[in-house]
Amino acid sequence: MARVGIPHTLAYFLYYPFWKTFFEALGHQVVVSSPTTREILDLGVEETVNDACIPIKIYHGHVASLIDKVDYMFCPRLVSVRLHGDFGSETFCPKFLGLPDLIRLTFTKAPPIIDTRIDLKKGKKELESICVEVGSRLGNSSQESQAACKKARQVHRQYLALLRQGTMPPEAMEILLNGAKPASREFPPDGLSIAVVGYPYAIYDPYINVGLLNMLAREKIKIYTQDMLSDKILNREARELPKSMFWYFSNRAVYGGLYYMKKANIDGIIHVTAFACGPDAMVDRLLEIEARRHNKPYLSISIDEHTGESGVRTRIEAFVDMLRYRRDKA
Amino acid sequence: MKISFPRMGYSYIALKWLVENMGHECIVPPEPSKRTLDLGVRYAPEFACIPFKILMGTYLEVAEMGAEIILTSGGRGPCRAGYYWVMHNYLLQELGKDVRVVAFELPLDNLKDFWKKVHWIRKTGGLSVKEFIRVLKITWEKLKAIDDVEMRSHEIRPLEIHRGDTTRTLWKGLELLDQANTLEEIEEARREGLKMLESIPRDDSRNPLKIGIIGEIYVVLEPAANHYIQIMLGEMGVQTDRSIYLSAYTRKNTIINLEGDIFSKARPYLNEAPIGGHGVNSIGETVLYAQHGFDGVVQLAPFACIPEIVAKGILPSVSRDYGIPVLTLFIDEQTGKAGVQTRLEAFVDLLERRREQKAKMERLVI
Repeated sequence: MARVGIPHTLAYFLYYPFWKTFFEALGHQVVVSSPTTREILDLGVEETVNDACIPIKIYHGHVASLIDKVDYMFCPRLVSVRLHGDFGSETFCPKFLGLPDLIRLTFTKAPPIIDTRIDLKKGKKELESICVEVGSRLGNSSQESQAACKKARQVHRQYLALLRQGTMPPEAMEILLNGAKPASREFPPDGLSIAVVGYPYAIYDPYINVGLLNMLAREKIKIYTQDMLSDKILNREARELPKSMFWYFSNRAVYGGLYYMKKANIDGIIHVTAFACGPDAMVDRLLEIEARRHNKPYLSISIDEHTGESGVRTRIEAFVDMLRYRRDKA
Repeated sequence: MKISFPRMGYSYIALKWLVENMGHECIVPPEPSKRTLDLGVRYAPEFACIPFKILMGTYLEVAEMGAEIILTSGGRGPCRAGYYWVMHNYLLQELGKDVRVVAFELPLDNLKDFWKKVHWIRKTGGLSVKEFIRVLKITWEKLKAIDDVEMRSHEIRPLEIHRGDTTRTLWKGLELLDQANTLEEIEEARREGLKMLESIPRDDSRNPLKIGIIGEIYVVLEPAANHYIQIMLGEMGVQTDRSIYLSAYTRKNTIINLEGDIFSKARPYLNEAPIGGHGVNSIGETVLYAQHGFDGVVQLAPFACIPEIVAKGILPSVSRDYGIPVLTLFIDEQTGKAGVQTRLEAFVDLLERRREQKAKMERLVI
């Protein structure tokens, strides 16, 4: 039995249930770093190459906080999570592609890193062979890994189904992994609906976006994100663009944004972007232009090491007031 | 049609010839200036990289000059450069400019689209297929000749006795190449240009430091974007070798030529290739320069360039393992020439000191 560390950021928000189930089915213990805190951010800022973006710095911080607590660090190289035959050619941001190497060369004292290459578009059985490879590094036979993979896939499907129903990832994980009861939420019939698009690690991490989703929830606003849409809907939006972007998470945000812009019941769009994020320079301007063309109010929130809660709150309040005013006038 | 294209180094001489001989009118993009950058910065997204901003400015300038079509290249990512043309089109549309950016994607990705665009350019210019191929071939030779002359100038500059001779002669050579219209004329101009460079009064007793220049293609190729770093270093008495030449893919005699080789050199440090742009190349090239006995490496990259940030995070390990100093310069709209110069002078001082110390150690051993 080994202790496997999983950083609580980046791909965590979409794929944690899968890997937790997988590792536990193999009889290993999964150690997750705590949700992002000031200390984790500081650790990350200290260690990372100084031109990197906030999410990458935070990732380094999470790894640093796990180093003494685990036997293996799970840091796969995400190349493509498009399924085989899906015709999507997108990959991840270059920083994701180089992340395992950055971690390895930054933390010389780190435990062995499981840096399996995840490139699902290579073949139909790719996910299974990835699981077998990960399992073999931990000393599990391929039969065990395959059985664990099957179980994990099932959980992942349930997880995605929960997300599609409009559950937020933290709550969906509670329901799925700890058997919590889904909380019932009441929305006033004339309440606002806002679509929040952006990278999962930016919109679901309450530390880096200073509790943006909670602020909206407290205003009794119904929140939509791109993760509530099925792949089919998202892929349909791709045809509207002259060319798709190259980055998986960016494409999801763009497609989600485009989809919600056309919905009459959505009052406004908020795009959460990270400071110095390369792809977002393109995503943000694209969404801004498209929102103007669709006549939808659009707010872009940029987050960095120094983002203060009051700053974001002021902007959100002004945006929400504007949406209410706009609706009353109509 | 009035056609323009992005400006990268001296390649515009060959591209201008190409556009004119395809039967179109060429709007030569002006050398990026303060105004170009100001225009670009005003309309481009804040965190777009500097090539995006300079190109945005250039496109606005050529639009003023009457360009209707801008030809550029696409790409398959994950570097942002492959998405430039889409964003540039969006932004130019928003500004109400009557100019369209047409990009050639990799033929491998979309063969039909590629052929359609090539034929469209050929037909609107009124060229037969045979003539079209001849024009392309001459352009390619021209591009190679321009690179040949430029490459030699960087070797000679540190030896020149009168500062500025080489740069002036280089321009004379480039003008000759600009006038050449056939393969024979190009060959003659190339030889004449090299001869002129050879006849510059020089001091061969100097033993110049050798620095390799690596990094992102646009800031490496466009002197106006990198503050004429190769000329600056040359005049400090340093020989420079640049990792990227547009014609480099067909060369065997340069240090950096085959991509596969570079990727295998980079593998111990970055086990994934390509990661977009020239990220992996930067790592592999540093290894190659170290193995070829260069004294140091300067990495040039636009601020917030994703692949080069990954490379920067990894380069300290390469530098330690191979004992080759690396200076990283991130260039953005705030970068001033004096700042670049000061840092380069300090870097050159450090390299000189290292060389002296190494020589002293060798003497002691003997």
